[in-house]
Amino acid sequence: MVETTSIKTKAKVHNLNFYYGTVQALKNINLLVTENKVTALIGPSGCGKTTLLRCFNRMHDLYSGNRYEGEILLDSEQINILSRRIDPIEVRMRISMVFQKPNPFPKSIYENVAYGLRVRGESRRSIIDEKVEQALYNAALWDEVKDRLYDLAFNLSGGQQQRLCIARALATNPEIILFDEPTSALDPISTSSIESLITRLKEQVTILIVTHNMQQAARISEYTAFMYIGEIIEFEQTKHMFTHPAKKQTEDYIRGRFG
Amino acid sequence: MQQDLQQVKKIIIRNKLWQAIFAVVGLLSVLVGIITLITLVLDLFIDGLPRLSWQFLTSFPSRKPEEAGILAAWVGTVLVMIVTAIAAIPVGIASGIYLEEYAGKNWLTGLIEINVTNLAGVPSIIYGLLALGLFVYQLNLGESVLTAGLTLALLVLPIVIVTTREALRAVPNSIREAAYAMGASKWQAIWDHVLPYSIGSILTGVIIGLSRAVGETAPLITIGALTFIAFLPDPPIKAEFPYISFSWLQAPFTVMPIQMFNWVSRPEPDFQFNAAAAGVVLICMTLGMNALAIYLRYRIRKQIKW
Repeated sequence: MVETTSIKTKAKVHNLNFYYGTVQALKNINLLVTENKVTALIGPSGCGKTTLLRCFNRMHDLYSGNRYEGEILLDSEQINILSRRIDPIEVRMRISMVFQKPNPFPKSIYENVAYGLRVRGESRRSIIDEKVEQALYNAALWDEVKDRLYDLAFNLSGGQQQRLCIARALATNPEIILFDEPTSALDPISTSSIESLITRLKEQVTILIVTHNMQQAARISEYTAFMYIGEIIEFEQTKHMFTHPAKKQTEDYIRGRFG
Repeated sequence: MQQDLQQVKKIIIRNKLWQAIFAVVGLLSVLVGIITLITLVLDLFIDGLPRLSWQFLTSFPSRKPEEAGILAAWVGTVLVMIVTAIAAIPVGIASGIYLEEYAGKNWLTGLIEINVTNLAGVPSIIYGLLALGLFVYQLNLGESVLTAGLTLALLVLPIVIVTTREALRAVPNSIREAAYAMGASKWQAIWDHVLPYSIGSILTGVIIGLSRAVGETAPLITIGALTFIAFLPDPPIKAEFPYISFSWLQAPFTVMPIQMFNWVSRPEPDFQFNAAAAGVVLICMTLGMNALAIYLRYRIRKQIKW
């Protein structure tokens, strides 16, 4: 049998508008997020890429005055995760996030990774042990920390802290992981280790990543959306966009003429 | 050129003059505070220390200065502080958490915030008047340990609320977002993260509030604290069933500063030494509490660096 590369949509953004109070930050966004692929959001500062990312786990619900319009439909169930009837906590249980600045809890390495499991009501020590090890292993951190799981997370280096945050996000087997410029606070070596980690992770999980760094988008993503002032200007396969940008604005940005 | 350089040097010297003048003025200001404080404390210790003895700590007041002691006063202070802490800590921390983490930002919470801050500056005797009307007359709690503890709790409450809010605000938002992103509810984010990371600062504020309450005299005199008590309240733990007793709450009481005040106003010079000795004990109490606050802050903050 010939193996077909089945391309399945994990999430579909449909006519999404987003408002910070009266300021419209996202305008009519349409986007497909493909399962087990890396989708990158690029664009100059203030273009709304982080705002879009934070719609996926309803982070905007934490602050008053924010308003969504439109839909983000999650795979086969076709439920709109932006709907008021859907509890944002339910969405966050399915979609994890890794932030720009590593933000481990001031607890032990073990407790950081275990926290998501505890929130989900898991209290059996053996299962937590196993999942913590698995997550740390998948985040390429296990070998470095296995002898000091009960040390404070703050004693790790910046790159290790960010991988710990990835392990924390992985431990609960999310369907999508959102990365918000995960390497912008890191040195080049830590950056490349996180990039190769992301490339490996996409086998288990769908990845949506915001990045400032165009080379990074070109290296790790299959699809790229170029955003500018709250709109998606171009959404294409990464290879195609970086070789044959359809729009002049995209080309200028990729070539480094503005941004 | 040469001329210019000379000019610049002059300007620099003139600019530095003010720097030097302020250094002297600043140092003198600091010394005024420190020397006054040291003199006060030393004077108190010189007068009071010789009088301090086991007998002093374990005797009731007496008409004879050499037989008088502060037993009733320090037991009263401890009991009143226990009531104050039990009443003020949970209410104050809960209010702080509510105002900081739950309440929306609107004109009503703004008004509450201003009022809480202002309450911290209300003269303590006003609290005494309020307590006299409310606790003593309306609720019929009597001139008791309970009334005193609740009165001082009111006094301490704004301090606890304000420091709780400041401590919570010091926890970076990125930590809250990390917790929420893991699927935590608001309460889980607060209970599992925000509160444990800020509890060191909160406790510090609580203890500093309590150490202020230890020295309060006016509101307790207003609610009718006695100045001469020759018995102790009923002990809280008993040998027979049900083993614990709360009748100490209803007991009349006196506290350290009132006892001091009473002795200071006597004509016999020997009572002045008693007052000084009681002052030494009171200062040691507050210093001890402040030391505990510093230690707690150090211990808990050592592992947290944002």
